[in-house]
Amino acid sequence: MTIVSMRVNGVEVSREVPDNILLAYFLREELGMTGTHVGCDTSQCGCCVVHVDGVSLKSCTTLAAQVNGCSVSTIEGLANEGVLHPIQKAFAAMHALQCGFCTPGMMMSAVDLITGHGRPLTEEDVREGMEGNLCRCTGYHNIVKAIITASHEMHAGAGDAQAA
Amino acid sequence: MNPITYLRPGSVDEATRLRADFEEAKYLSGGHTLLPSMKQGLARPSHLIDLTAIPGLRGIAVEAGDAALTIGAATRHVEVASSADVLRVVPALAGLAGSIGDRQVRNRGTIGGSVANNDPSADYPAGLLGLGATVVTNQREIPADEYFVGLFDTALEPGEVIVRVRLPVPLAAGYAKFRSAASRYSVVGVFVVRTPQGVRVAVTGAGEGGVFRATALEAALSANFSAEALAGLSIDSGALLRDMNATPEYRANLIMVMARHAVNNMGRVSMYK
Repeated sequence: MTIVSMRVNGVEVSREVPDNILLAYFLREELGMTGTHVGCDTSQCGCCVVHVDGVSLKSCTTLAAQVNGCSVSTIEGLANEGVLHPIQKAFAAMHALQCGFCTPGMMMSAVDLITGHGRPLTEEDVREGMEGNLCRCTGYHNIVKAIITASHEMHAGAGDAQAA
Repeated sequence: MNPITYLRPGSVDEATRLRADFEEAKYLSGGHTLLPSMKQGLARPSHLIDLTAIPGLRGIAVEAGDAALTIGAATRHVEVASSADVLRVVPALAGLAGSIGDRQVRNRGTIGGSVANNDPSADYPAGLLGLGATVVTNQREIPADEYFVGLFDTALEPGEVIVRVRLPVPLAAGYAKFRSAASRYSVVGVFVVRTPQGVRVAVTGAGEGGVFRATALEAALSANFSAEALAGLSIDSGALLRDMNATPEYRANLIMVMARHAVNNMGRVSMYK
């Protein structure tokens, strides 16, 4: 057993857990935060993507102990006091989810992709940058549209500056 | 996953002492091969010794006069892919790093982990062997030509730790890979390097014994560096892998196709799927 402490969506948490517990299960089973999903459990599908110190990673392939002391953001932390994040608004507006199972991971990957890019994304940017996330409903077209839409809102002005 | 004890040493010496104390211990870097292997029961270490907190194992440096690139073992793929230094002196290596897995895998996986594991479909072994790199450990320096011994096998002794890799800067390099759309691993990857001493061609994804040099292609390209020089050459399929992605014969042909693409696109990575 080991004591793992981290800041999850701004809240300090600490739990005594087995050394082999994966971050995804630490979040789901120790903290009861079931928004982070486990799909394939083989690092392929991206349903489990969270941010650690601002960088997206697959929480089913990361030990909780490896991120001891880090700052973790999950899907539960995206909305701000009931106000949806631009990626959440765009997914709703563009009907970018069907069964919804892949959605938390899609959104967490998308936010990292958009914030790391510095300007609105093109379709090619999105399709390449989202390779680590699979939608088994195959709802990709609307997901791509939603991410492009959110990237414009999150980088409002940057695209115009580029064009000028 | 079997029960483990997780350890986080602060120095290479402490890591090797821990490794010596526990016979079934394994070193952990990014964990993106080891943890999936443990989930499948293919690896059952008693202890995981996380090397990533050790100071000095991470970072990228260019030697004076751009002679060589040095990359710390715990440097993540994303750092190599986006490094201004790597993009300037060996852009194909940055491209190679940026072609591994997906964004989230590149945010965790490390060059040392990839090189220590020597997966027959991994990309970095082709880069290191093609560039004629040196693997620097806590004990010695190992030339890439002697380092990659076989399938998941290297010249590393038990407990030996990769500290960094040193990559001579070539005249030019190019990497072409055909990857599995599902796993995103290379079915065939060919890394072509021009040096003042001649051309080196390293092939990953295809060999039964892991990464290898295509010496016939090297001779032809050293005499005449053009895709036309490869016409009429072929690869013997006898020692190539057979799996769900491709037959040995298909891989033999794919090596020639990727070699041509690499030669025609020096200075970058060319990806096909």
